[in-house]
Amino acid sequence: MDYFLELFLGGLTRGSIYALIALGYTMVYGIVQLINFAHGEIYMIGAFTALIIASVLTILGLNSIAILVIATAAAIVYSSAYGYTVEKIAYKPLRNAPRLSPLISAIGMSIFLQNYVLLAQTSDFLPFPRLIPEFAFMEPVSHIFSSAELVIVSTTMIVMVLLTLFIKFTNIGKAMRATAQDKTMALLIGIDVDRVISVTFIIGSSLAALGGVLIANHIGQINFYIGFIAGIKAFTAAVLGGIGSIPGAVLGALILGWTESFATGYVSSDYEDVFAFALLVLILIFRPAGLLGKAETKKV
Amino acid sequence: MAQEILKSLKAALWFMFLTFPIMVIKVNTVYKTIEWRWMNMIFIGVGIFVGSFIWRWLLNRKDRPVAKKDFVPVSTRVQAYLAENPMAKRALQGVLLAALLCFPIFMDAYQINIFTVALMYIVLGLGLNIVVGLAGLLDLGYVAFYAVGAYTYALLNTTFGLSFWLVLPIGGALAAIFGILLGFPVLRLRGDYLAIVTLGFGEIIRLVLENWNDFSHGPSGIAGIDKPDFFGLELNLNQMTDAIYYMMVAFTIITIFFVGRLQNSRIGRAWLALREDEIACQAMGVGRTRTKLMAFALGATWAGLMGVVFAAKTTFINPASFTFLESAIILSIVVLGGMGSIPGVILGALIMILLPEYMRSFSEYRMIVFGGAMVLMMVFRPQGLVSNFRRKYSFHGVDERLGG
Repeated sequence: MDYFLELFLGGLTRGSIYALIALGYTMVYGIVQLINFAHGEIYMIGAFTALIIASVLTILGLNSIAILVIATAAAIVYSSAYGYTVEKIAYKPLRNAPRLSPLISAIGMSIFLQNYVLLAQTSDFLPFPRLIPEFAFMEPVSHIFSSAELVIVSTTMIVMVLLTLFIKFTNIGKAMRATAQDKTMALLIGIDVDRVISVTFIIGSSLAALGGVLIANHIGQINFYIGFIAGIKAFTAAVLGGIGSIPGAVLGALILGWTESFATGYVSSDYEDVFAFALLVLILIFRPAGLLGKAETKKV
Repeated sequence: MAQEILKSLKAALWFMFLTFPIMVIKVNTVYKTIEWRWMNMIFIGVGIFVGSFIWRWLLNRKDRPVAKKDFVPVSTRVQAYLAENPMAKRALQGVLLAALLCFPIFMDAYQINIFTVALMYIVLGLGLNIVVGLAGLLDLGYVAFYAVGAYTYALLNTTFGLSFWLVLPIGGALAAIFGILLGFPVLRLRGDYLAIVTLGFGEIIRLVLENWNDFSHGPSGIAGIDKPDFFGLELNLNQMTDAIYYMMVAFTIITIFFVGRLQNSRIGRAWLALREDEIACQAMGVGRTRTKLMAFALGATWAGLMGVVFAAKTTFINPASFTFLESAIILSIVVLGGMGSIPGVILGALIMILLPEYMRSFSEYRMIVFGGAMVLMMVFRPQGLVSNFRRKYSFHGVDERLGG
């Protein structure tokens, strides 16, 4: 039973991280109908920025809570800045181009950012400092659920709630929903669509950065390539739940996290990534619209 | 003008801020030292300041509708000229063929090897071009079929001792079957879903090869694969290099011929039509399933054939040769060269493979340049270096009689 619980909680942690990244995919897709291939790289850049800032501050000798706060803030600021810039350079000029063009541009951007970090920093795995402290009250259960995991799960939940409220009640959130429904109509009633798209990229990127910091802290090491696999998996989660749907992304991420956790725990750990991809292929074959997505009927 | 300078200045400052942590700070986590690389920041600032002028100028030029109408790209003009003058076309083909055939006489084994690799990428590019360029299906897992071909030969050769020429068609056929297997479930998917599923498929194949030790020998790969056999001749190493080179030349010519004929055939035109408008195409009676599966199968066949050649040429393979990076390189060959254009793909392969080889100091920047070039290409020249020249059928007689 302990083993089952450990796998369950491990899956929950994994799923929470996937959810943070998957939200970026799903929100961008909902608004511009584009798979932002570079999103995984934004997450990687967030983790890297946090690592660099945290290392500098450690050498300067700050206490660990201050480092955690400053490094996370820096990661969020920089990731949003990258997300915003990537959109302006690689996607905005292609808004009226055929569908394949922004997709290829996104893949190019992803390769570019990976190699940018590789060349400017290093190809080696870098140790990520343990920033989240061990809580005393977690002591009795720490063998199956660590403090870092608790922070990951609770942060994700809080962020989800905030995001839902933001999209439901703020003006810009309403504008985002309107744009997702009908871009032309949104433009006609005076919504600044360009701004909405920028805000979407910024929010998506900051969530990815948060995910990046949390997972890097949990796993303990990062390199320039972490964004690739994380990106595909988060995308899988988004598709699983129905791309474009925010609760769907969270549901999909949790299912994916549990699938991976139980499959590696009870079947084989060699094929961890294969399970995720197999799940993606199966979902797309049997329910292309995803679990919570609405099937689109195309009018001609 | 002052406004333009201000814009560039803003862009430069923005990028200096953006690249600050990653370009300027380098932390050595072992010795706990920080290296501040302020020079990088200056380079970025100056580079972006100049670059943003060029960026805006290019964007403006692209948006100008008048220029677009009158301007016929050089590549299109050359292709149009060649299409109208078969003699010139023959002459050009003859010169190119002669150059290719004479190449090994003047060059050493190293150069020949590089050219053989370039030719292999031309064939791979042409294969992927069927799927991406003609049928408009973005396949990011193309390297999986390449792996299928390579492992088919490696396993059949090392366990059953089957010869290269026997396995060549088997590898191609097996890759085609895999193409259909992959193609079948994803047929209903739209472009972007298809991209991600093919990417996942490519990764699954690689992960299985890496982990299924009894079957594929895992990450250590398979060594001691036989080189191809040429009419039972005893060849030394240099002669073997030449022989493989000539085989690849023949292969490339056959592929170009085949793909060229395919493009203008019934199925080729069906692909183009399907790419442009799926619904209209179905309404006209072109079967979507059959047409798409044909594209997948035929594209995969070339990858499978090249996989067999690759295994035979290097005599050693492991899963590390079949990563997503390889798919990305082949895709950028097609994109840079010009989707759907055979001369474009050839030019793209030559640039992508030969340039980094001959500019060794530049080779570590290879992937960043590819990535950047893919973005710039899509923004400024989506049709690629050599735009696809669509054959036009026109009837001149009427115009003349009516006086214009």
